Amino acid sequence: MRHSTFRGGVHPGDRKELSRNKPIQYHVPKGDLVYPLSQHIGKPARPVVKKNDPVLAGQIIAEADGFVSANIISSCSGKVKSIEPRMTSAGVMAQCIVIENDGKFTLKEGIGEKCDYTKLSRSEIVKKVQAAGIVGLGGAGFPTHVKLSPKNPDEIDYIIANGAECEPYITCDDQLMRNRADWVVGGIKVLLHMFPTAKGVVAIEDNKPEALAAMEKAVSGDERISVLPLVTKFPQGGERNLVHAVTGRKMASTDLPANLGCIVDNVTTLTAIYRAVCLNEPLMEKGFTVTGEAVNEPGNFLVKIGTNVQELLEACGGFKQEPKKVLLGGPMMGMAITDLNIPIAKSYNALTCLVEDPVEIAQKQMTPCIRCGRCARVCPIGLVPQQMQVAAERKDYKRYERIHGVDCIACGSCTFACPAKRPLTQLFKVTKSAILAARRREAAK
Amino acid sequence: MGMIIATILVLVVVGLLIGLLLVFADESFAVETDPKAVAVRECLPGNNCGACGHAGCDAMAEAIAKGEAPVNGCPVGGAAVAEQISAVMGVSADAMEKKVAFVKCAGTCGVTKLHSNYVGIESCEAVAGMPGKGIKSCQHGCLGYGSCVKACQFEAIHIEDGVAKVDRSKCVACGKCVEACPQRIIELVPDKSVYAVQCASIEKGPVVKQQCSVGCFGCMLCTRQCEHDAIHVVNNLAKIDYEKCTGCGKCAEKCPAKIIRMR
Repeated sequence: MRHSTFRGGVHPGDRKELSRNKPIQYHVPKGDLVYPLSQHIGKPARPVVKKNDPVLAGQIIAEADGFVSANIISSCSGKVKSIEPRMTSAGVMAQCIVIENDGKFTLKEGIGEKCDYTKLSRSEIVKKVQAAGIVGLGGAGFPTHVKLSPKNPDEIDYIIANGAECEPYITCDDQLMRNRADWVVGGIKVLLHMFPTAKGVVAIEDNKPEALAAMEKAVSGDERISVLPLVTKFPQGGERNLVHAVTGRKMASTDLPANLGCIVDNVTTLTAIYRAVCLNEPLMEKGFTVTGEAVNEPGNFLVKIGTNVQELLEACGGFKQEPKKVLLGGPMMGMAITDLNIPIAKSYNALTCLVEDPVEIAQKQMTPCIRCGRCARVCPIGLVPQQMQVAAERKDYKRYERIHGVDCIACGSCTFACPAKRPLTQLFKVTKSAILAARRREAAK
Repeated sequence: MGMIIATILVLVVVGLLIGLLLVFADESFAVETDPKAVAVRECLPGNNCGACGHAGCDAMAEAIAKGEAPVNGCPVGGAAVAEQISAVMGVSADAMEKKVAFVKCAGTCGVTKLHSNYVGIESCEAVAGMPGKGIKSCQHGCLGYGSCVKACQFEAIHIEDGVAKVDRSKCVACGKCVEACPQRIIELVPDKSVYAVQCASIEKGPVVKQQCSVGCFGCMLCTRQCEHDAIHVVNNLAKIDYEKCTGCGKCAEKCPAKIIRMR
C-alpha cells in the first residue's frame, strides 16, 4: 500500500546515516547554564529570581507573562550568577538568566513522584503542562498549554504525534522513538484521556523502520492508538502537511489544527507532557542532535536546556575540519549561527556543521528566473513562488498578500528545487517580516 | 482632374467636421485648473520624489495653490524654489533650514571586527533579518549592502569601504534613505551643523571597544567639555543638540574614539 503524504515537497539527500544509529546519551553540562527569557512564541517570561539566589533543578526561574508565554525552569542546581544580556542563537544580545552550575543537579522536592493521570481533570493537566513550561519542541516553540485548550474540546478526534522528522541530518526524534517509545505513548495516552473522543496516530516517515517497529510495539494493546508510516518527503512534518496526510483534511491558512479536530504535537513534546504529568518532571531536558560532516563524532543527546553549544560540541570531539557553515536546526530550515558560545533553547533540536556552504555554491550559479514552474510544483502549501518573487522584488506588498505570500512557511523547498538557484526563501522571509512589521505599525496607530 | 478636386473637398469637409468636434469636446469636457497651481508647478523641480509628503509635484502644486501646504514645503527645491513660489502665491516665505542626510556610523571594514561571512540576497533588509546581522560584529551600525543607495534618486549616497557616505552637495534631504535603512542610522541634520557623532551603538563601553575601534563608548568626556550644554550621553551614546551646538569643536578634540567628526 502506498503510504500517506501531501501534494508537493522535495527529496533532499537526508544524510541521516551520520547519526541515526548513535543511541541517545545523557549530556551532563559542567559550565554555567544560560536561559534566554524568550524561548517561545509570545511574550518573554518574567524572571522571579534575583542575583545570588540559590536554585534547585526543576525550580521555576522565570514566570510566564500572560497566557501565550511559558515558564522557564532551571535544569541544574546552583545559584543565580546574573541576569544580563547574553549572545543568543538569533545573533543578538538578549536578556538571559545565568545560573552557576554546582554540578550536583539537586532536584526540587516532589520531582519524580509518580502521578496517576487518569485521576486528573482536563484543566488540571493543562495547568501541570503550563507550570512545566512546555512549548512545541519540534522547532516552533508555541506554548503547549495553549494548544491543549482548544475552543472545541469535544470535537477533537485526532491526536497526531509528529515523528516525521523530515529535516535532513536530524535524528534525535528517531532515536527518542526507538529508545523511549513508552514516554511517547505515555504522552499520547495523557492527551487521549483529555480528549476521550479522539484517536491517537503516530505519524513517522518510512525512512525510519526501527522507529516504526518500536512504536508499533509500544502501542500494541491499545486500539485507540495506531502507527502510520508516511512517504519520506520534505516537509512532511509541517503541521498542515501532516494533518492532510493523516486525516485527508485540508487546512486553510487561517486554520489552526484544532479547528479541524486535530492536536498535533512533536514526539519530543509528547515525552515532555508525559514526564510533566505522570512523573512531575518539568521541562528540563530535550533531545538534540549534533551532526554534519565537520563534526568528529556526530551523536544524539538528551541535553539540559541552557547548555552551551560549544560545550556540547566538545563532547562530540569538536570539529574534524573547519566548518564552512554551522546551523541551528537542519539544512532546510535551520538558521546559520555566528557564535558557538550560545545556549540551547527549548525549541532547538540540532546543530548541523557543514563543510560546504550550499548557499555560496548556489549564489555562484544563480541565473535569472526561467519561469519553469518547478517552485510552484514543489510548494507544499500550493503557492506560486515565482509570482511571489516578482511581487517581493518590486516591493508590491499588496499583490504579495493577494497571492497569499504571507502563508509561506519558509520550508525552503522552492529554493531547493529552483534550477536557476534563486534565493527565494530568503526573499520571502524578508518580505513576510516587512509586511508583518507594517501590520504591527498599522495596529499600533 | 475632377477626381483630385473631389478628394480635396472631401478631406477639407472631414477636417472641418473633426475640428468642430474637437472644439466642442474641448469646451464641454474641459477640466478646470487653477492657474496658480500651474504656475506653482512650473517652479517645482519635477522629480516627483514625494519627499514633501504629497503624491508627486503635481499634487504638491495643487496643495500649495489651495493653501493646504506651505510655500516652502519642497525640501528638494529649498530656499530658491520657496522664493519663486511665494512670489506666485503673493505671500512671504521664511527660508527653510536646509538639511542633509547623515549616516551615524564610521565602522568601515578595516576598523570594525568582522565575525562571519554572508552569502545571500544583497540588501540591507535581508541582512538585518539574519542572525548576527551581517558580517560586522556591531549590531547597530551600517550593514553596507546599500539599500539607501538604491532608494536615493539623487545619487547622493554611496557605500565606501562598507559604510554609507552622503555627498552633501547632492543631498536634498528627501528622507528616502532614512526610511530605507533597516538599522535606522541615517538621520536628517541641519546642513549648517559642523560636528556630528558618527556612531549608533548603544552597547556598553567594553562591548563597543571589542567590536569597533571607532565606536562611542559613552565616556562623557564630550559632555564635560561642552560649554553650551549641547552634547549629552543617552543610552551609552553621545547625542548633539543641534539647536544649541555652536560648532566650537571642543568635544571633538577630546573624544578618545575620535567619532565626533567634522562632516
